[in-house]
Amino acid sequence: MNTAIKDHAELAEAFNANEPRVNWHDETLWWVRQKRDKMAWSLPEWETLRETASLIKHNVLGNLHAYLEEFERNAQQNGAIVHWAADAEEHNRIVLELLQQQGVKRMVKSKSMLTEECHLNHYLADHGIEVIDTDLGERIVQLAKEPPSHIVLPCIHKKKEEIGDLFHIHLGTPAGNADPQLLTAAARLHLRSEFIQSRVAITGVNFAVAETGEMVVCTNEGNADMGAHLADVHIACMGIEKLIPQRKHLGVFLRLLARSATGQPITTYSSHFRTPKPGQQLHIVLVDNGRSRQLGREDFRNSLKCIRCGACMNTCPVYRRSGGHSYHNAIAGPIGAILAPNLDMKQYADLPFASTLCGSCSNVCPVKIDIHQQLYKWRQVLVQDGQTKAAKTAGMKIMTTVLSRPGLYKFAGKMARWVMRVAPGMVNNRFNPWYKQRELPPPPAESFETWYKKNR
Amino acid sequence: MSNSRDKIMAAVKQNQPPASQLPDLAPLISGAPASLEAFRKVAEGMGSHLLEVTDEAEIPALLQEHYPDMEQVITTDPLLHARAATFDWLTGDGRQLQQADLAIVRAQLGVAENGALWLTEKELQVRVLPFIAQHLAVVLDINTIVPTMHHAYEKIGGPQTGFGVFIAGPSKTADIEQSLVLGAHGAKSLTIIIKK
Repeated sequence: MNTAIKDHAELAEAFNANEPRVNWHDETLWWVRQKRDKMAWSLPEWETLRETASLIKHNVLGNLHAYLEEFERNAQQNGAIVHWAADAEEHNRIVLELLQQQGVKRMVKSKSMLTEECHLNHYLADHGIEVIDTDLGERIVQLAKEPPSHIVLPCIHKKKEEIGDLFHIHLGTPAGNADPQLLTAAARLHLRSEFIQSRVAITGVNFAVAETGEMVVCTNEGNADMGAHLADVHIACMGIEKLIPQRKHLGVFLRLLARSATGQPITTYSSHFRTPKPGQQLHIVLVDNGRSRQLGREDFRNSLKCIRCGACMNTCPVYRRSGGHSYHNAIAGPIGAILAPNLDMKQYADLPFASTLCGSCSNVCPVKIDIHQQLYKWRQVLVQDGQTKAAKTAGMKIMTTVLSRPGLYKFAGKMARWVMRVAPGMVNNRFNPWYKQRELPPPPAESFETWYKKNR
Repeated sequence: MSNSRDKIMAAVKQNQPPASQLPDLAPLISGAPASLEAFRKVAEGMGSHLLEVTDEAEIPALLQEHYPDMEQVITTDPLLHARAATFDWLTGDGRQLQQADLAIVRAQLGVAENGALWLTEKELQVRVLPFIAQHLAVVLDINTIVPTMHHAYEKIGGPQTGFGVFIAGPSKTADIEQSLVLGAHGAKSLTIIIKK
């Protein structure tokens, strides 16, 4: 999907072409958000948990250098081989070299947003290696040749009928059958044979413990375990911000993660990988790719606390109505919009504007990232850096002039009310972006100031 | 490669904010119940099936009744099933278990707040066992149920083996239109046998 030249607004417009589908998308995600609320409200200590998690992550950011050293030392003692990648390109090259050493042409991968961020699948495909994504949702979007549209629910944008059609073509399920039970059973059979055959498995990492050198991977399906335990070589790819200090801190994060993500008390599997199984190689690839730079941005470093639960997406009124693909970045939604400009300010300059700044994201974030405030701050950085469209900057300048001169403001308000009454077509036309997907309300008969003078 | 390591570490050192103290976890260790009833409610909500015994000798008959048509039964303790597989399933890379219909293992502890069971390589012997078997039965001593994850980690302590896992229910997915389906890649069912 080529989305590089289209911005969030244009992509959202395409998503909005089918209104019943947008409503369905919106309601499905809101339902997940409500499940999260139910879980949060059932724990009296929920807010203490969030605060504790945020403080632990704050400690990690302030001691990251020491924790990385400690983790590396312990992981090596455990028998793992640790690799360091400065950027996506180096990460991909390290993985490719490991695969070439094994001589494999096909391998399994469980969910890893980092490998999405690095576009690993495309890179390996260009070198003749096929990656089989094993998370059901990821396999579905992979068969559809699309990226995931949500970090926890990768194919949340797809209807079951579309999945039935995909499986009919690729897995030979009966035409026209869209029963989730049958489709999941077909995927189970298909992916079991992949697990059994694969000599190498790539997994992501949810948490890496400095104290023990172990990595925790959370899934509901069991795909990370099926891949990693059957393979001769396990490659775990993680961003350097995934570290936590001690094992006991897992208690805090495992209590928060699934409750925030899908409203479950915990994921089905929370697997603690410490040593390779006998005869196995365990490789850990630690990736920077802009994280150390973000660490140095005081206003934005808290974004590195993210545990990738997706709660900010499920609650976001913009995400729910524009779809994950409109963010044209591996990580969509509010958190994606504050992470992406760090990767490329020009390419992602539109994302911090794809928000109402309502603050709901910050309110549900399990590690209390000030997401909406960072969105607001990114806007300022982007405007100062000249990354916004000229028309928008000009419009803002006009607004500044009008709003700072009371006389001009009064006159403009009067003119606007008159125009909208006498010739609404002047405002309600296709040249006005605010008119898209909206009917403007009738103009008020008088300004608030006039009303207030009469009624005080 | 070592060059990248040095580069990353130098950038991290330069850019990291001033160090802060770790928070105290004590306020989180609440008086939440560690009762079987609390555990049962959540575990069943996660899709687990609970059975109770007062004597382990009851387990083989109970499992036979609950899982009547299992061809290959793998158990880490032959006393837990009358028809446990006798081939050398401990040897191999895990693929020797691909025909396993039912795996029976013991858990170290259970967590009341989320219905999760803690199992390590010591109990499992082959890491892939609880994932690759079509069905999973876990024996849990009622006295090992703890209230929360904090209590669980307190009891578990540091790692004793190379692999450990919390399992809470059968493998599941809701990736197709948020419809819950049990049996994604791992066990299609989980039966927890509580030994009172």
